[in-house]
Amino acid sequence: MSNLPFLTFITFFPLLSAVFILLLNSRMSGMNRMAAMGSSFITLLATVVVWLNFDPQSAAMQFVQRWDWIPSIGVEYHVGIDGLGLVMIMLAALLVPFALFISPGGEGKGYYSLILFLQTGLMGTFTALNFIHWFVFWEIALIPAFFLIKNWGGRGADRAAIQFFVYTMVGSIALLLAFLALFLAAGRLESAHPFGFLELADLARSGELSSALSVSLSSFDAFTTERGLMLFIFLLAFLGFAVKLPIWPFHTWLPQTYAEAPTPVTMLLTGAMSKMGAYGLIRILLPIFPKEIQALQTPLLALALASIVFGAAAALMQKDLKRMLAYSSINHLGYVALAVFATVAFTFDESTAVTERTAALNGAALQMFNHGITAAALFGFVALIEKRSGGARGMDDFGGLRKVAPVFCGLMGISIFASLGLPGLNGFVGEFLIFKGVFGLMPWAAVFATPGLLFTAWFLLNMIQKVFNGPLIERWKEFPDLTAKEILVVAPATALMFVIGIWPQSVVGVLNESMKALASGLGN
Amino acid sequence: MLTWTIYISFLGMALLMCLPKERPQLARRVALLTASLGLVVALIGASAFKPDGGIQTLVDYSWIPTLGIQYNLSVDGISLSMVMLTAIIAFVGVLFSWNIETRTKEFFAYYFALIGGCYGVFLSFDLFLLFVFYEIAIVPKYFLIASWGSTNREYGAMKLAIYSFAGSALVLLGIIAAYVASGANSFSLVELAQHSFSEGQQAWMFPLVFVGFGVLAGMWPFHTWAPTGHVAAPTAASMLLAGVVMKLGAYSCLRVAMTLFPLGLQMWSPYLGALAVTGIVYGALVALTQKDFKFVIGYSSVSHMGFVLLGLLSLSQIGLNGAVLQMFSHGIIAGLLFAVVGRMIYDRTHTRVLNDLQLMQLRKTLPFAAIVFVIAGFASMGMPGFSGFVAEIQILIGAWHGFSAYAILAGIGVVIGVAYTLRVVQKAFYPDKTEISRAELKPMELEPITIQEKVGAVILLACTVVIGLFPGVLLDWIIPAFESPLFDELRKGVGQ
Repeated sequence: MSNLPFLTFITFFPLLSAVFILLLNSRMSGMNRMAAMGSSFITLLATVVVWLNFDPQSAAMQFVQRWDWIPSIGVEYHVGIDGLGLVMIMLAALLVPFALFISPGGEGKGYYSLILFLQTGLMGTFTALNFIHWFVFWEIALIPAFFLIKNWGGRGADRAAIQFFVYTMVGSIALLLAFLALFLAAGRLESAHPFGFLELADLARSGELSSALSVSLSSFDAFTTERGLMLFIFLLAFLGFAVKLPIWPFHTWLPQTYAEAPTPVTMLLTGAMSKMGAYGLIRILLPIFPKEIQALQTPLLALALASIVFGAAAALMQKDLKRMLAYSSINHLGYVALAVFATVAFTFDESTAVTERTAALNGAALQMFNHGITAAALFGFVALIEKRSGGARGMDDFGGLRKVAPVFCGLMGISIFASLGLPGLNGFVGEFLIFKGVFGLMPWAAVFATPGLLFTAWFLLNMIQKVFNGPLIERWKEFPDLTAKEILVVAPATALMFVIGIWPQSVVGVLNESMKALASGLGN
Repeated sequence: MLTWTIYISFLGMALLMCLPKERPQLARRVALLTASLGLVVALIGASAFKPDGGIQTLVDYSWIPTLGIQYNLSVDGISLSMVMLTAIIAFVGVLFSWNIETRTKEFFAYYFALIGGCYGVFLSFDLFLLFVFYEIAIVPKYFLIASWGSTNREYGAMKLAIYSFAGSALVLLGIIAAYVASGANSFSLVELAQHSFSEGQQAWMFPLVFVGFGVLAGMWPFHTWAPTGHVAAPTAASMLLAGVVMKLGAYSCLRVAMTLFPLGLQMWSPYLGALAVTGIVYGALVALTQKDFKFVIGYSSVSHMGFVLLGLLSLSQIGLNGAVLQMFSHGIIAGLLFAVVGRMIYDRTHTRVLNDLQLMQLRKTLPFAAIVFVIAGFASMGMPGFSGFVAEIQILIGAWHGFSAYAILAGIGVVIGVAYTLRVVQKAFYPDKTEISRAELKPMELEPITIQEKVGAVILLACTVVIGLFPGVLLDWIIPAFESPLFDELRKGVGQ
């Protein structure tokens, strides 16, 4: 099966569906939603087939398709997935139908086709293995996100959308410049695929890339050394991912954007789009720039720690539920950055180091998946609160909801506990693996990350306290509990939290070989 | 076959002049026929073209034997790309001029005189002939703007004409100097390219010719004619001006200055490259502050032409390929943007002030214009999937190779490009809900978009997407063209 063009299908099928929806008769507004859901289920089904046919014993790229695209500059259409890619496409395939179900309906066909268009961008980013091919999707995904935020968002959405777009573009252009420079260097080495991620990683490992780079960019000779030049290129590339993830202090676009976007879109932004940055860290930055990450390891770890601690502390200060969850996303993805930057430590004998690195990377990838599910679920619950409260979502607006809506609070509570990392639920496993790996490699970093855990528990419990417990506010006497249909919508996400929490091997099993291969490739 | 693009344009011009004044519809039809014939001829010529790196001579007669002037029309992959661009813009320009009511036939007569001149420049391989066509193109431009233009049209037209003539004067000096210095008694490009001019000669001939042509390419700081000229011009003329005429300058920089004086290029490229990159950043910054919609597009052209010049000056093969591709790409995208702003918006609303436009809810009243502008805006900011992206990445690679610092500055220019494009998209079509209260809104009853406009816009959109996804269509012509003996000397100084 793995020679069938599944990856191409899951990339372009949503786009075709988006066009189809645009051509539908717009008077039947229910049809738009139905068609979008139908499309997202077909994509999900195809992704499940891919998952079942994926060979977890192999670290090689699977479901590969490779054609020349612009041969004169080494651009190929090259897709393939390893364990990491598989987990990411599954996440994107799960979250889109989830977000569509949470959408209240009646948004018009533009909304639904833009969401599917966004899914194409996600799928393309998670499967492409040639920089230009990958960059097309990385950038294209911004367009639907921009219009979804701007046209369907809250009062400040216009400004938030522009801010989101321009910040991300600054990062993207820096990233593009970095890879164009690497292209020159790889071209000098007569690489057949100077934009290929795997090929660039090979050249970087042998050390040829940085020497070729300094010859290619000879006009920088006067200012810097070979190492300095490669560090500069690394920083350009890093900026692209740091803005997207985001890593402190490049996060300033995020709270505004997540708060102003329509909540189902925020589910996709935090659940899937932020993973584009995290995925890039692991797939692109780590294999190509391990020496540069190592050279800057302390400051990079400090940035990751700042994201973890400041993200959680800032969340504690928020009154608006969406802003609080937005800051908590910075905190949770900070762990991913922490794990990635810690893996390049070379302090131990190689076999211990590989074990710890594999643990950290497995944890990082699992954390990405978990955060995608949990954060999307939490934003989904906020969307359901907004639907009931007529838009109110301030922490102080509510109180005592547990009494009138026990099922609602129970299910949302599970997501909250998953988010704060309660054992038995999914969040715990990812963070545990990250802490284990990071502690083995860089003990001090693991120690400094712990206040983040504390703050997270604090603000989440604070929220439970304020919203669910306490005296019931008069206004919410009639607060309706979850309907049967809504329970059906959130049940799969809740079930996943338990499944991964109790049986983490279901995900770690497909990740392990790929991450181990990556970890051993980092050795000196 | 391709020579007929020139003759058809001039025949069309002559025919249009003979038409009765009171039948504008007939003039339009004749114009459309002329432009379509030009497009068909260009397509047939392109399909017969063999991209083997050779220069394919179309006609070669002795014209003024005593001076060694030949009537030599030839084509290589670079000129063919430009001819295709001219043919497409000429055809679409007629569609966007359908609403010209005053002196319709004269308008189209000047229009085809300009187009004939452009075809002529792109096909001339004799310097004297090239210069003649180059001058032919300037005169109709003046009349098109001065008679059918809008804001400050006399000023814009005069400024454009004076800048153009000043540039031509420099060029003429340089060409004559080259003719005399070579002693070959020939203006043939191929023969002159074989003569090695001494380093001392190239050191002053190169900047003379390059800057002379660079004026028309919108090279900073000689770009100031461009925004005023674009804004004053009627829509079809702005499309031609930004789409094709600016390329006359850039194309001739490559064809004449760089081909004949490769040593001069090496000497001057860091300095002229600095001007190019200044143009990129400066044009983008100025576009960011404009209040007039058309001025934004005008300055964005300066910025994008800076990319063409940067690619040409990057001293690398990939940068040259990118520069030629960018000429084509910018021609299409700028044409489209001017079509939306000039024809679809301004001819209906009679205002281009962004603060007025944002009250008109154009997204609701002219949804087609809004969608086309948004797509064209993304194409213009260099989104992957559109032609601008594949061109600009090659230029940036070339710039990394040549002058790394310029690559980073150009990258900053791209970011500013994103900002000004989003700003006009927001102001003109999707106004910020918080800035405008409902009471201020003044939705207008506007005439719907005509079928001619729709067809024209779709053609241009299709071009930018097709080239964006399959740049090989053009690169297969462009890359072999640089292998020809004409560029032997140039290639020596160029990496990769």
